[in-house]
Amino acid sequence: MPDEITLSVYRGDKSGGQEVEFKVPMQTGMVVLDALHFIQAHDAPDLAVRWNCKAAHCGSCSAEINGSPKLLCKTRVDDYVGEVIHVRPMHSFPVIKDLVTDVSWNYEKLRQVPAFQPAIKAPFTLQQRDVDRIQEFRNCIECFLCQNICHVLRDHDAKDRYWGPRLMIRIAELEMHPLDTGDRLELLKGAAGVGMCNITKCCTVVCPQGIDITDNGIIPLKERVADVYWDPLGGLVRKLHK
Amino acid sequence: MSEDIAYHEYDVLVIGAGGAGLRAAIEAAEGGLKTAVLGKSLLGKAHTVMAEGGVAAALGNVDPQDGWETHFYDTMRSGHFVSDYRMAEIHAKESPDRVLELEYWGAVFDRTPEGKIMQRPFGAHTFRRLAHVGDRTGKELIRTLEQKLMTLDVDVFQEITATKLFKDQDRVAGCIAYYRDDGRFAVFTAKAVVIATGGWGKAYKVTSNSWESTGDGAALAFRAGAELADMEMVQFHPTGMTWPPGARGILVTEGVRGEGGLLFNSEGERFMEKYDPARKELSSRDVVARGIYKEVKAGRGTPHGGAWLDITHKGAAFIKRKLPGMYEQLLSLADVDITKSHFEVAPTIHYTMGGLRVEAQTGATSVPGLFAAGECAAGLHGANRLGGNSLSDILVFGRRAGAGAMEYAKNAKMPKIDGAEVQAEMQRVLAPLARTEGENPYRLHEELQEIMANHVGIERNGPSLEAGLQKMQELRERTEHMQAKGSRQFNPGWHGVFDVQNMTLLSEAILRGAIARKESRGAQWRTDFPDEMEDQGRVNYVQRLTDHGIEVRPEPVPQMPEELAALFKRGVAPGLANSARKE
Repeated sequence: MPDEITLSVYRGDKSGGQEVEFKVPMQTGMVVLDALHFIQAHDAPDLAVRWNCKAAHCGSCSAEINGSPKLLCKTRVDDYVGEVIHVRPMHSFPVIKDLVTDVSWNYEKLRQVPAFQPAIKAPFTLQQRDVDRIQEFRNCIECFLCQNICHVLRDHDAKDRYWGPRLMIRIAELEMHPLDTGDRLELLKGAAGVGMCNITKCCTVVCPQGIDITDNGIIPLKERVADVYWDPLGGLVRKLHK
Repeated sequence: MSEDIAYHEYDVLVIGAGGAGLRAAIEAAEGGLKTAVLGKSLLGKAHTVMAEGGVAAALGNVDPQDGWETHFYDTMRSGHFVSDYRMAEIHAKESPDRVLELEYWGAVFDRTPEGKIMQRPFGAHTFRRLAHVGDRTGKELIRTLEQKLMTLDVDVFQEITATKLFKDQDRVAGCIAYYRDDGRFAVFTAKAVVIATGGWGKAYKVTSNSWESTGDGAALAFRAGAELADMEMVQFHPTGMTWPPGARGILVTEGVRGEGGLLFNSEGERFMEKYDPARKELSSRDVVARGIYKEVKAGRGTPHGGAWLDITHKGAAFIKRKLPGMYEQLLSLADVDITKSHFEVAPTIHYTMGGLRVEAQTGATSVPGLFAAGECAAGLHGANRLGGNSLSDILVFGRRAGAGAMEYAKNAKMPKIDGAEVQAEMQRVLAPLARTEGENPYRLHEELQEIMANHVGIERNGPSLEAGLQKMQELRERTEHMQAKGSRQFNPGWHGVFDVQNMTLLSEAILRGAIARKESRGAQWRTDFPDEMEDQGRVNYVQRLTDHGIEVRPEPVPQMPEELAALFKRGVAPGLANSARKE
C-alpha cells in the first residue's frame, strides 16, 4: 500500500473552476470522504463537500469519482491504487461550489407527486410479500446519482420533459402500494414523462442501494401507461373490473 | 452594516428538520398556522435517517401481553428512575398511535405472518416491541414525515444555520440564520419557536452521529435563558465499528443482538452472562457498553479494542433479510462478511439523554414561547435510553411540541426583534472571515474531542472531570478567536466555527453535570462513587447560563403518583405479572 495518495479535486463555482491536486497520507480502509476531510483540516478549510452520516444512509455525498457517480463515503481509496483520484461534482446539476451542487429541482418535482391516498384507516393488514417490492423502492436514499447519470437529464438536459429515475421510483412506490387509491398515470404519461426513458439502465447500475430501478420500477410503470393509453379497450375492461 | 437581509414572519418556527422538527411542523401546519422549518442540511438527510433498529411502541402485535404499562415500566427502569415519569407515561401511551399514523401516511413497515406491523426484540424491552423496516427504520420514518410535510403548506428552508435566538422582553421572538450556500442572512420573527436540532455527539471523536449533531439548538436556547438538565447522561452504544480507522464509531445496530447476535471476548467467553445473567446481550445499553469496556480493560479485547459480535449461526438468508444494511456496511467498509464471520464492535457515543428542560405535556422550555422536542430535550430517557425509544420520542413529543407552540402562538402577538441585536449578531458571525489570523476550527474541534474522550468518557472520576473542566474553559476562551479562510460561499471552515462554539458550551455542561452527580447511575459511571446513592434522593441536575457562567443545581425528580409507583412493586414487568395472574 502506498504511503500517500493524490486527489485531484474540482474547485470552483457557477462561474467556472478547475481541478486542484492534493496529497493525502494513506490510511487502511480509507474512503474518499476521509481523504477530503483530511484536505479540509490541513490544506483547504473552505473546500465545499456535502455529507451527513458517513455511513451510506443519507445520500448526501454524491459526486463523480474518476468519471463514475458514487457516494464519497462508500468509495474506498484502495480501489484506485496507482491512480490519481479525480473527484468532481455531479454533472447534471448546477455547481454551487466545489463538490456541492444545486439539487433543488429534485425536491420541486417530489413535491408535485400526488401523495399516498390510502383506501382505509390504519392499522393495515398487508402481507410481507405484497410490500417487498415497494420496500425495495423505499430503500432509496435520495442521493440523486440516478438523476445525475440518466442521459435524458445529463446529456439532453430534458428536465422539462422527464422527471428522472428517482421520481419514477417515488411514483412506483405509491402506484404499487396495495392500499393506494391515487392515479398518477396521466402525470406519468404527461409531465413526468416516463416515455422518455429508453431503458439504458444506467440508473440501476449506479444506485448505491442496489434498487432495480429500471426492471422493477420504470418498466412496470411504462406498461401501466401503455395499457391505459395505447390499449384503450383493454384499459377500459380492466378499469371496469377494478 | 449594509447588506440585503431577508425578513420572514411565522406563527410557528421550527428549527431542526429531523423527525421531531418535521412532526412538530406537521402538527402546527395542520392546525392552520403559518409554519416554517429550518434545516442545516438538505431535507431528509438529518440524523434521524441513521436510526436503524426500530421504533418502540406497545402495539402488542407479536406479544399481546405488551401494553403501555410495561413500556412505561421498561423506560423508567432503564432510565434508572431519574426520567420525568410524566413524559415516560405520555410516551408509552401515545407511541402506538404515532406509529399507526405513520403507516397511514405511507410508511411501509415489515409485516407479521398475519399481516400486522412486525415487532422485534431489543435490549431491556420486556416484549418484542420495535416496529421496523429491516435495519433502516429511521429512513422510513423521516422519509414518511418529509412526504407528509410536502402535502402541507409549510415553508422549508434547507441548508440554513441559525446562530442566535432573539427575545422580546422575556419571550422568544425568533432567530437569525445564514444560508450555507452563499452566506446571506435571514431574520425570522415568530410567535413561537420549536427547537428540534438533535444531540451533540460530535463533541466526541468516536461517535455514531452525523456531522450535524453539534447541539446548535440546545446551545442557542441555553444562551437565551432556557435550562438544561441531565447533561452528564451521554449514551455509549455498545456496538460501534472498530475498524478501519475511518469507520471507527459507525453504528452496528442493536438489531444484530435483537435478532440473535452474541458477544464474545478474545477468549471466546460469552461475557454478558457475567454482567447480566438474565438478559445477557439484550441488557440495557449502559450495562452492555460497560461490559465490553471492562473486558477490553482486563486484557480480553479483540485486536482493535472491542468484542466479537457473532450472528453467523442465524444463516446467510436470515441475516440478509433482517439486517441488509449491516451486511452491506461491514462488507463494503471493513471487508467482513457477517454471514460468514464474527466481527469487532466497541462502544461509541450515540445519544445525549440530557438537554433542554421541558414541560411534559407541551415541550415548553423555561423561556415563554420556546419549545423543544427530541434529542435536544431532556426528561424521557433519564440516565439511559432504551433502544427504539428515540424514534417514538421524536414522534410523540415532536407532535406535542408542535401543538404546544401552536396553542401559544394562537394567543400571542407577533413579537419584535431589535434591529441593533441583529446587526451585532451579523458582525459576530462574519468576524471569523475578517480575521487575518486566529484559531483553526478543525483543530479546536479535535482538541474538544480529545478533552471529552480523556475526561468525561465511559469511565469518570472527580479529579479527571475537574481537570477536564479546566481545559474546557480554556478552550471556550479560544473558540472566541477562530478564523475562517475563504468566502461566505459554502464554506465548511466558517460553518465549523459555530458548531465548535455550540459544542464547547454544551461540553462544559456535560462536565459540570458529571462533577455534580457524585454517584454512578446509568450512563454516568464514576469510579470514585461506584454506586447509586439512593439515600441522597433522586435528583436531576439542572443548569442555567448566567452572567457569571453556568450554574448547576439539583432538583428532586418528580414523584410518581401511587397508581404508577405500584407498577414497580411487584418485582416483575406489568405485562408478565398480568399474564402470570391469568395463568
